[in-house]
Amino acid sequence: MILDGKCPKGPIQTSWDRHRFDLKLVNPANKRKYKIIMVGTGLAGGAGAASLGELGYNVEAFCYQDSARRAHSIAAQGGINAAKNYPNDGDSIYRLFYDTIKGGDFRAREADVWRLAQVSNNIIDQCVAQGVPFARDYAGYLDNRSFGGAQVSRTFYARGQTGQQLLLGAYSALSRQVKAGTVKMFPRCEMLDLIVVDGEAKGITVRDLITGEIRAHVADAVVLATGGYVNVFYLSTNAMGCSVTASWKAHKKGAFFANPCYTQIHPTCIPQSGDHQSKLTLMSESLRNDGRCWAPKKAGDNRHPNDIPEEERDYYLERKYPSFGNLAPRDIASRAAKEQCDEGRGVGPGGRGVNLDFSAAIKRVGEHTIRERYGNLFEMYEKITDENAYKQPMRMYPAPHYSMGGLWVDYNCESNIPGLFVLGEANFSVHGANRLGASALMQGLADGYFVIPYTIANYLAKTKPGAVKVDHPECKKSIEDVTNNQKKFLSINGKKTVSEFHRELGKIMWENVGMARSEESLKEALKKIPVLREEFWKNVKVTGSGAELNQQLENAGRVADFLEFGELMTKDALHRNESCGGHFRTEHQMPDGEAKRDDENYCYVGAWEFKGVGNEPELHKEPLTFDNVHLAVRSYK
Amino acid sequence: MSHHDSHGMNLVLHVWRQKGPNEPGKMEQYEAKNVSPDQSFLEMLDEVNEQLIKAGQDPIVFDHDCREGICGMCSQVINGVPHGGQERTTVCQLHMRNFKDGDTIYIEPWRAKAFPIIKDLVVDRTALDKISQAGGYTSCHTGGVADGNAILVPKPSADYAMDAAECIGCGACVAACPNGSAMLYTSAKVAQLAELPQGKAEAAERVCDMLDALQENGFGNCSNHYECQAACPKGISVKFIARLNREYQKALFK
Repeated sequence: MILDGKCPKGPIQTSWDRHRFDLKLVNPANKRKYKIIMVGTGLAGGAGAASLGELGYNVEAFCYQDSARRAHSIAAQGGINAAKNYPNDGDSIYRLFYDTIKGGDFRAREADVWRLAQVSNNIIDQCVAQGVPFARDYAGYLDNRSFGGAQVSRTFYARGQTGQQLLLGAYSALSRQVKAGTVKMFPRCEMLDLIVVDGEAKGITVRDLITGEIRAHVADAVVLATGGYVNVFYLSTNAMGCSVTASWKAHKKGAFFANPCYTQIHPTCIPQSGDHQSKLTLMSESLRNDGRCWAPKKAGDNRHPNDIPEEERDYYLERKYPSFGNLAPRDIASRAAKEQCDEGRGVGPGGRGVNLDFSAAIKRVGEHTIRERYGNLFEMYEKITDENAYKQPMRMYPAPHYSMGGLWVDYNCESNIPGLFVLGEANFSVHGANRLGASALMQGLADGYFVIPYTIANYLAKTKPGAVKVDHPECKKSIEDVTNNQKKFLSINGKKTVSEFHRELGKIMWENVGMARSEESLKEALKKIPVLREEFWKNVKVTGSGAELNQQLENAGRVADFLEFGELMTKDALHRNESCGGHFRTEHQMPDGEAKRDDENYCYVGAWEFKGVGNEPELHKEPLTFDNVHLAVRSYK
Repeated sequence: MSHHDSHGMNLVLHVWRQKGPNEPGKMEQYEAKNVSPDQSFLEMLDEVNEQLIKAGQDPIVFDHDCREGICGMCSQVINGVPHGGQERTTVCQLHMRNFKDGDTIYIEPWRAKAFPIIKDLVVDRTALDKISQAGGYTSCHTGGVADGNAILVPKPSADYAMDAAECIGCGACVAACPNGSAMLYTSAKVAQLAELPQGKAEAAERVCDMLDALQENGFGNCSNHYECQAACPKGISVKFIARLNREYQKALFK
């Protein structure tokens, strides 16, 4: 099937404005007749639920944590992009659009990216109005800094805790709606199934994580804002509870999954310290405004970094990419770091690390300035490694961080299942094959504040409210299926814990479907994953019962889904015989080691349809055309 | 220093176990064997749990998520101090290099009237959300707001507001307070929004409504112990409580 994103035609500069006029509206007095389910309360989910509540819809919002404010958006550090051009350095909506398309290695839809760039300015205004304490200069104006893949300073920030402040802004708006009675919060509830009636999304089945109750919630439309799937690697910068489950259940009910192989490995994370590691901690890209990446020129040089003189240091990003230097985009910077370590010039335990050095910046602007810009990040680093980064370089290594792939959506953020909308990291749309830094925060809030309120009306206007009740046969079947699945986990009583299976899967994925993929490594993964999955269903041990708070049972479900999803992700990587963005196939590289795209054969979105566990999924394509940005080799030299 | 120690530590843990909200609880003893100094506290507990699961026993449940000190989920009283007492450190950021071989560690949930225990170390903190819902926001509607630079915010004000906004909502302040008060939590939000121009229009209603919610949801009042500031993993200052008191005084005269 050839998919159609239904993007508006005509001049891109007016595309979103014209489209909004064409979208159907729901009369203000009719909005209260409609019920909308929001799954996930991060930037996209929290902003979306709040905005929909303000408009007068009845919203039920769900999250697995104990409060809407815990979503992992809270951990984002460095900043949020917008095309304000306050610094007068050449930015514009067009340039942000261009940088994002190029940054995505020409694998995103132009119209969606244009809209993102356009509403980026509205996002900053909204956050300021909420009382988000963005950094200001001495005259009282908003401050900016630079981020990867851009030659302008367009990133707004709040110390090294921008995600936290933006999320708390959305949470405060959400809190107001909870008080107003338009949003009902269901914390500690996990979505375990999508309910589809006559081909339309009409509800979800959830498990109450405290009591274990499995119940259905019905609505006129369902919105998923459930984040990314890089916990498939086990070790990632994600929170422990982040999973692919909500998206995966929707996928198994018919929602196409697009570009799952586009995973982002972030170049600067604190390296693994041992086998006990449970997650990896990100060190913001913003640090590379002032930090310089280097590795010793000599392999096996294990002198203290401060004892290695300048001429024996390889500032490899500055050398390879003079125009962008340390702010080369993430996929490029990650591969470059891995290259240093593979050549034996890595630092730290096991030689899996490179240096991120602030000494030159400290000499230039003083330690107090660095402390002011990044204070909490240096503190975080010291707590984990017991090393003082004001006195010696930070040790960094790439780690899985973000997923550009996700459920396929059209220009209205609607899935191929009518009534199912997907926002934020959970959808595939705007970042192409590589996301630029400070764009995730931008996309989450764009989708939540300024897209879904308009596009969902278009669907609701042609929907009769309250059509499906909780006693519908589809609801009953869904509850039965989920209940049986839960019982199954508890009945196997094998010898290996869920955690052990998760670690094994993570290892298979990182070694074979990680930063450098080959036909050989991918086929190896495709051999190993089904074997591990089969073992899981025979040998997993989950103690306790379902009728209580049972964290193993929760994790069993998430890992079971990763054991299926990992296979799809690998198949997607195997079918895409090119390198683009975060998807690097060693067989397809330029002589200088950069990604080699095949625009003639692969300039499309690969959206997969579920055909049953163990069966070959079916590929549908959405061809991509670039009318506004010239398809070119993506160079940051 | 870190990662060079090859011999693991053996520790004795006393952990609060409680099957449900209406069950009696008690301290149970466990052993943590061969713990690396580079392990985090929660990774140490993960390992204890793995052994419990393999032995067919009920693992210890505890709240956690980001494991990088920002989400506010992790909530354990360690040796009598919420988050363990290392300066500006959450439970999940606490690393085992802060303990010695042979140490005994006591691990309990947050204890406060407003935080009923759900199971083991997991408590119900929705009372904090109730305070936020009462007034922890500006009533701006999405869209139609002024340009971000339309109202200048002096840098000291922006920095002050950011200091207050660093609260992660973990509730350690409540757990540490002899009165079980949530004044530090409440005052952090009141101070942030009272300082910024965008929050001034509703400052009076906000402080009154949030204090009402604080009282209605089982929290005690503040009698200036400062235990909250001492326990806060983000270094939130009691000066914000002073600011809240001032805002409240102003509101009373409106």
